[in-house]
Amino acid sequence: MMPATETTSPPLRPSGAPPHAARGEEGPPPVRARRDIVPLLLVPALMLAALPLVGSPASWVTLSVAGLAMGLMIFVMASGLTLTFGLMDVLNFGHGAFIAVGAFVAASVMLAMGPWMGSDSLWLNLAAVAPAILAAMVLSGLLGWGFERVIVKPVYGQHLKQILVTMGGLIVAEQLLKVVWGPDQITLTRPPALRGAFIIGDVAIEKYRVLAVAVGLVVFVVMQLALGRTRIGLLVRAGVENSEMVEALGYRIGRVFVGVFVVGSALAGLGGALWALYQETVTAAIGAQVMVLIFIVIIIGGLGSVGGCFVGALLVGLVANYIGFLAPKVALGSNILLMALVLLWRPQGLYPVARR
Amino acid sequence: MAEALLSLRGVETHIGRYHILHGVELDVPQGGLTMLLGRNGAGKTTTLRTIMGLWRASAGAVRFEGRDITRLATADVARLGIAYVPESMAIFADLTVQENLVLAARSGPPRAERLDRIFARFPALRRFWTLPAGLLSGGQKQMLAVARAIIEPRRLLLIDEPTKGLAPAIIANMIDAFRELKDGDTTLLVVEQNFAFARRLGDTVTVMDDGRTVHHDTMDAFAADQALQQRLLGLSMDTHQ
Repeated sequence: MMPATETTSPPLRPSGAPPHAARGEEGPPPVRARRDIVPLLLVPALMLAALPLVGSPASWVTLSVAGLAMGLMIFVMASGLTLTFGLMDVLNFGHGAFIAVGAFVAASVMLAMGPWMGSDSLWLNLAAVAPAILAAMVLSGLLGWGFERVIVKPVYGQHLKQILVTMGGLIVAEQLLKVVWGPDQITLTRPPALRGAFIIGDVAIEKYRVLAVAVGLVVFVVMQLALGRTRIGLLVRAGVENSEMVEALGYRIGRVFVGVFVVGSALAGLGGALWALYQETVTAAIGAQVMVLIFIVIIIGGLGSVGGCFVGALLVGLVANYIGFLAPKVALGSNILLMALVLLWRPQGLYPVARR
Repeated sequence: MAEALLSLRGVETHIGRYHILHGVELDVPQGGLTMLLGRNGAGKTTTLRTIMGLWRASAGAVRFEGRDITRLATADVARLGIAYVPESMAIFADLTVQENLVLAARSGPPRAERLDRIFARFPALRRFWTLPAGLLSGGQKQMLAVARAIIEPRRLLLIDEPTKGLAPAIIANMIDAFRELKDGDTTLLVVEQNFAFARRLGDTVTVMDDGRTVHHDTMDAFAADQALQQRLLGLSMDTHQ
């Protein structure tokens, strides 16, 4: 019989050691999991393979940093979409709308803070960029909440309708952006602190790309910690695999769905703001244009996998930059080729998510 | 007979266009183990899923401790102390054994004493504590699925074919585990095709056929009537070991 009153064990960390055995039990030693690091090794392998092809070490470093920065910006935009698909089984073609809204909102805030944006003071520059990014995230998150409630919720479990209705949502959102911000593209100039490059010997590394790498890495680490070390993260990961069973354990997964959708939309807004500063122009189609790359990334990574999305985004960014330098004519199709090669090797993506 | 902890009255369930349950009548007495038997496609799994709210009853009533839970959301049914172990086991393959159990312990970290008892019954779970559950063998996954259901005290366990595909040694272990639960404060409703297992554990038996409950009896009486078994199940417990 299970006892009615029991003692509480110390809180269990998700990666903690096995608790003590029942008294008197001497079993075989615990078995440790081996991590699948092969996909992760593809990134340094690709970089090393590109070195002799590029020839100049200085160009190689510049291209590599550019590729990593581009990859990490795509990761920021794609991470929400992969979680949304994994957890809610929703094919959201409207994700680009959140990116576009983030880009426009950030651009508007930065333009409104023109004197600070143009100042030579790093702190004033940051004081202009930070609220712009925050506003982009908040408004994209709010739009995501409305989008989920009004557009996505009625078509849960119906993939064809999801594609049609979210694609329609993206088109409507693009037109609304033109109504609010006008049909012309907005030109954005990076603040002085983010212009120019760090020169190290023969190597020039754009300052903005360093910032993009830093932001992307912070987002990745925070997501990994949240997913791996918190109960809500456990719920999300379990829900990605089998949301029905999570419900059967007593959790209201619907609330987690909405939360993930809002966070994913906010991250898309953050990515849109970063992408706008990277491109230095904003158009209503900015989200739709980058959606092709985002879909390639989440397919390469394994639908629903944040780690796979991270590796896939880095590969896409690096391949785009290396091929753009080595063979510009094939650059356009290089990422499709990369996706085909990855899927030939691992048809479910680099880190397939177990499904019910 | 003890008062029913769970009762179903005239429960009908549709899945899409298909009418699966046709007025199921079921009483699960408090503190015992009720076996739900029947041929393939009789509606046993649908009955468990309807109780959990995973499929919505289109008519009839499901009552738990006297309370109507027919329209409750699945999470709310679980919060009443009802745990469900599906036939597929539905362990979270990408989560470690530890994470599966931490998640199942909804009210806080798993209790040390409870974990000790689970490890004593299923030592493999301790050995593979930090291993992704997807790497476990079929039997170990079933152990994890059961452990997840009992990581906290539950009022009622719904278990769908716990012995399916398991080696005899593991089945014996399951029998001991369920006996221990039965002797405690837990009521069990178990769907089973392994009749030897059913007979060793069951206190009462309900037989389903074509979406209806067609017979309810004590396990001893049912096991003694081979003609009835032959008629309701198409075989007898004595010949099907």
